[in-house]
Amino acid sequence: MSVLHCADLSTATLQKLLSAKLAQAPAFFLQAPIVLNLSDVSQTPDFAALKNLFTELKLVLVGVTAANAEQKAAAHGAGLAVLQAGKASVKSQTTASTPQPAESIAATDPNSAKAANNTVTTQVAVPMDSKVVEQTVRSGQQIYAKGTDLIVKGAVGAGAEVIADGNIHIYGSLRGKAIAGASGDTSKRIYCYNLQAELVSIAGNYWLSDSLQDKFWGKSACIKMQDDSLVISELV
Amino acid sequence: MAKIIVVTSGKGGVGKTTSSAAIGTGLALAGHKTVIVDFDIGLRNLDLIMGCERRVVYDFVNVINGEANLKQTLIKDKRTDNLFILPASQTRDKDALTKEGVEKVLNELAKEFDFIICDSPAGIESGAMMALYFADEAVVVTNPEVSSVRDSDRILGMLSSKSRRAEQGLEGIKEHLLLTRYNPERVEKGEMLSVEDVKEILAIELVGVIPESQAVLNASNSGQPVILDKDSDAGQAYLDTIKRLLGEQVPFRFLNVEKKGFIKRIFGG
Repeated sequence: MSVLHCADLSTATLQKLLSAKLAQAPAFFLQAPIVLNLSDVSQTPDFAALKNLFTELKLVLVGVTAANAEQKAAAHGAGLAVLQAGKASVKSQTTASTPQPAESIAATDPNSAKAANNTVTTQVAVPMDSKVVEQTVRSGQQIYAKGTDLIVKGAVGAGAEVIADGNIHIYGSLRGKAIAGASGDTSKRIYCYNLQAELVSIAGNYWLSDSLQDKFWGKSACIKMQDDSLVISELV
Repeated sequence: MAKIIVVTSGKGGVGKTTSSAAIGTGLALAGHKTVIVDFDIGLRNLDLIMGCERRVVYDFVNVINGEANLKQTLIKDKRTDNLFILPASQTRDKDALTKEGVEKVLNELAKEFDFIICDSPAGIESGAMMALYFADEAVVVTNPEVSSVRDSDRILGMLSSKSRRAEQGLEGIKEHLLLTRYNPERVEKGEMLSVEDVKEILAIELVGVIPESQAVLNASNSGQPVILDKDSDAGQAYLDTIKRLLGEQVPFRFLNVEKKGFIKRIFGG
């Protein structure tokens, strides 16, 4: 889940910062659940107003974390969940020093002295490490790579599903379903070493195995979107 | 330390109980103290295949509930030394098994036996999950046929995600593929998946190929594990399987259509 850190929680500032952030990748954060980290905030913000702001921006404010007692009570009153700042948040903070896992956006005014205070950090950033599955994906298993590419080293069995918001690479046979660009990105592709899929889909456009039977069945293939329809080509 | 081997498949009727009986007997013949545990609560079959149905007094569920102890419940096989059977309850259902209860019984068995063979029920529900949860190794019984292969694939997924070894992050369960009811003639005609096809789809190591054989039905009906029928092809194939389970390298047999006689070859019959 995305966690938002911000020292200044007045609606005006937050709106400006979040709008700028969202403009970078509108589909990526669409209706994304957001948790507000209050560790840098001492006073109790107006949660009801914040909730409205998030709804306007097509985000879903689900809860707060690192809250003090007063903030917790107010959050409860506004119908928000109070979450423990667990290991996960500590871990993602440590990864913030690696090349680009988290992005920091300074306040819109570049020469502002207050910039340091008004930093919005979202821990889910656009460039992320791909999700790698080392073994075969068996029938009945479902793998979802949220916001990133999916790489499967083994095969994807019949009745298994692999889903990614990014591209999908399968280095074995694809016998199950593969769904790339699951959040609507039509530029994503599916690559597989041996195409025997039940279904392939990119951004909601799909082909069933019936339409795959002829030319590329049992061959290596790359599936992409071109002029609003799926196109398959052999890998060289 | 005892080794727990689950015999499982997902699909029913592929030969789990026949294979459990054969593997258990084979390990005992090889000198290992072995117990076969019937996890198919409510559909007790193992006792029939092992020919000890008239000697069942207490059962697995009785032991779990503390109504009987293991010594009273275990049935000693009359033909093979070192071999015991823990029968399932016929009057209860799969919910009678609890993880704690099964663990307690398996721990107690582990003190005495070298091998514990768990004969799993079909399906992927609680009964089958109980049978595979504590396993160290798994024999996945598969028929050369698409639905059986898919169900085996599903069970392999369960073995690598729902077992104790998976949950505790230990080394994964060692998986073996046992192909049963193999008919080379039908494979040649293209009516049946070949060993290579199944191996390619399931991507696990092959431990045995049991040919389709009249001997298996005869053995079941007479309550005698088929591995004791040493003249039969199925019996020999199970003996080979045991050797491979114990780490020996044995070439596979019964994979090809038997060579036709001289005259038939000339006339192409």
